[in-house]
Amino acid sequence: MSDQPQSGQQPGELQPGQQQPQVVRPYGDTTGDGRVQVSFTLPVPFGTATEKARAEGAALQLAAKMGLEPAMAVHAKGMGPDFTFFIVYGRVGHLVDLSQVVVAEREFPLLSPAEVNLRIRSGLGRKLVVVGACIGTDAHTVGIDAILNVKGHAGEKGLEYYREIRVVNLGSQVEVDKLVDRSKAEGADAVLVSQVVTQRDAHIQNVQQMSAAFDAAGPGRPLLVVGGPRYDPASAPSLGVDKVFGKATTPGEVASYLAYSLAPAPAAALAEASA
Amino acid sequence: MEAASSPRAVPAASVTAATGPDRPVTRRLSLDPALVREARELAGRAGQPIVDMARTHTTVSVERVVLRLAGLQGADDDGMPWVNRLADAVRDSAGLEHGVALPAWDALRAGNYPDLGALARDAAAGKVSFRIPGGADAHSARDAAAAALGRGISRIDAQRAARDQMIAQTSQPRMPWIYLIVATGDIYEDIPQAQAAAREGADIIAVIRSTGQSLLDYVPEGATREGFAGTYATQENFRLMRAALDETSRELGRYVRLTNYASGLCMPEIAALAGLERLDMMLNDCMYGIIFRDINPRRTFIDQRFSRQIHARAGITINTGEDNYLTTADAVDAAHTVVVSQLMNEFFGKEAGLADGQLGLGHAFEINPAVPDSFLLELAHAQLIRELFPEAPLKYMPPTKHMTGNVFAGYLLDAFFNLAGVMTDQSILLIGMMTEGIHTPFLSDRDLALENVRYVRDAAGRLGESFQPTPGGFIDQRASQVLAEAVALLRRITDEGLLTAIAEGTFGITRRPADGGRGLEGVIEQADGYFNPARDILDGADAAGDPAAELSEIGVSS
Repeated sequence: MSDQPQSGQQPGELQPGQQQPQVVRPYGDTTGDGRVQVSFTLPVPFGTATEKARAEGAALQLAAKMGLEPAMAVHAKGMGPDFTFFIVYGRVGHLVDLSQVVVAEREFPLLSPAEVNLRIRSGLGRKLVVVGACIGTDAHTVGIDAILNVKGHAGEKGLEYYREIRVVNLGSQVEVDKLVDRSKAEGADAVLVSQVVTQRDAHIQNVQQMSAAFDAAGPGRPLLVVGGPRYDPASAPSLGVDKVFGKATTPGEVASYLAYSLAPAPAAALAEASA
Repeated sequence: MEAASSPRAVPAASVTAATGPDRPVTRRLSLDPALVREARELAGRAGQPIVDMARTHTTVSVERVVLRLAGLQGADDDGMPWVNRLADAVRDSAGLEHGVALPAWDALRAGNYPDLGALARDAAAGKVSFRIPGGADAHSARDAAAAALGRGISRIDAQRAARDQMIAQTSQPRMPWIYLIVATGDIYEDIPQAQAAAREGADIIAVIRSTGQSLLDYVPEGATREGFAGTYATQENFRLMRAALDETSRELGRYVRLTNYASGLCMPEIAALAGLERLDMMLNDCMYGIIFRDINPRRTFIDQRFSRQIHARAGITINTGEDNYLTTADAVDAAHTVVVSQLMNEFFGKEAGLADGQLGLGHAFEINPAVPDSFLLELAHAQLIRELFPEAPLKYMPPTKHMTGNVFAGYLLDAFFNLAGVMTDQSILLIGMMTEGIHTPFLSDRDLALENVRYVRDAAGRLGESFQPTPGGFIDQRASQVLAEAVALLRRITDEGLLTAIAEGTFGITRRPADGGRGLEGVIEQADGYFNPARDILDGADAAGDPAAELSEIGVSS
């Protein structure tokens, strides 16, 4: 089954005045040939001749359902008694309509550590100070540590790894008053708080109490950033904080956000970093 | 009982403690022997003040080991282990400056408790007041504690003998040993995966711990089925996995080793559990926790020394974590910091009683492949380390930092890593996955990785005998340069002190002051009359017992 091109033009064909075709197909070695390569494992045995034939048939059935027709299982290998690994080449019938591609807009660009460091150096002219803590009764520091420790999370180093970020990790069960005092003493640009425990909405009340305390402490409030698996990323206004990170946030995202929010970027500097 | 032939005698029956290279290491470089000697002397001078500090201090986790080895197990209704509850209760009323043993065994006798478990339950309920006994009371507390710990250590000795026996009944695999990781979070999922990996050729199975376990100041209890990106290290999980791998070892006729992590705030306790449940290797680095987990430096060094004494006794090979430095710093610029850390790990390890064959010093293939001659640089570094530590079962780690989403390029890079490994006689190869950094490996990723290493081993396994870098050539010079840089850094560390060097961010890039980080509150200076019966035995006051009796004690029939 293949999708119909919307305006009748052939895939890859340029319309007058267009820089790029609007409808494309995968490119193997010829425009519009639709050729792709995939690999996958099926939980089927690959021992006897009958089993091998059945396994290859199963792979081709999956390929056809994925839109690959014709398809060829160029490699099949048994892995242990119960599994077979396949590499399949085939022609995919689907068309890609570039006009329908939606790019998710992030309010801030994702930067590499080098870019974050450069942006802080050029935009702030000193180290960016981050104070992190688990507040209230929450003793689960897994989240804040994954973001702050050099060790990091999901293949990304934590904020301590960034030369231009100074991290003060206060650990767990930090009282709000202490957090406010310490942030002031350290000259915090940003305060990161993580909350895991959600009993009786503790994660919401704790954070609201914290933002109120920072507001009451007068001008120069640091950027308040909250993270935890049960937060709605859209709830920043109701919590009284600047940013909420939900589940599966990585240190790089947090660092990028901090650099974006606290260190204005001269465009030239960024171009240099990515060169 | 035989008299100890050396201050740190180990059971005489043990033949497999030394798991160093199974072939003599070929010398290929023209390293200056005087510089090599100086490097070791400097490492000793830098490390000695740390050892002195570790000998005169204890930690809450060291004291909890005493209770664990005396047989105290289990946890309260909140999951807090009884060893924590009892050690905390002693600390609150009598302090731990004299060690937990004196006040605990004094209270055991005074209260007529049947065992430590009963004492711990009453202590946790606030019903026991502890004291530091004197005179005859102190004597009887010491004797009772020493007897209990003697039984505990003999269980570790018995596991060591059981390992030797298992290897004799199956076989010792040829090096390089293939090291594979499982990490589902659920011990009951880990077991079939580990067994499948062993059948596919893995010689060593490592069970990655749940994220953040290193920062827990207690060891969770029981079989666990939920973890974050790993499975909790618990005594029961250790036992279950070792039993499963014993079954697979017998099936394959090849002893499959089991690895976990003796690191973090409970480093010595996990070492003890590893000894009791016959794990074979433990990640155990002298500085990893400080640099990467912000654990207090003093806490780390004290815990580390005691954990290594236990590993030495248990015949466990440690794996050190130098590969981690290269994930944060540039692998060319920081190559010498790896050598410095290895020399420190060697000094601390041997001081604690580990044999050369128990020092699985770590390093890694992490040079940016875009750097010209990157493979030659890798060979130079790997060969340098091979020659500096010819008796050590070196653990070589695959590329991670420069593995991109391009799995095809990654597969090629892993092949070059495998090639460097066989050319320079590395002992343990952690198998690289082409999906490193993208997702946890698919079944097929692991299979392809094993196919890769098998091809390289079969095609080029004997290349080493014809690999002789030209004296004074690029590889030879680079190795000498890294050694010279390492010696220069060691001179600086010796001058300013290791704790200062760590505080100033010499390793990794993080500054870790001696009074910062987690766990400092658990460090205690020993008072006069400090008593730790486990350490007394490990320090060499006791020699090997009867192996046959030890085996019957853990239910293994000879």
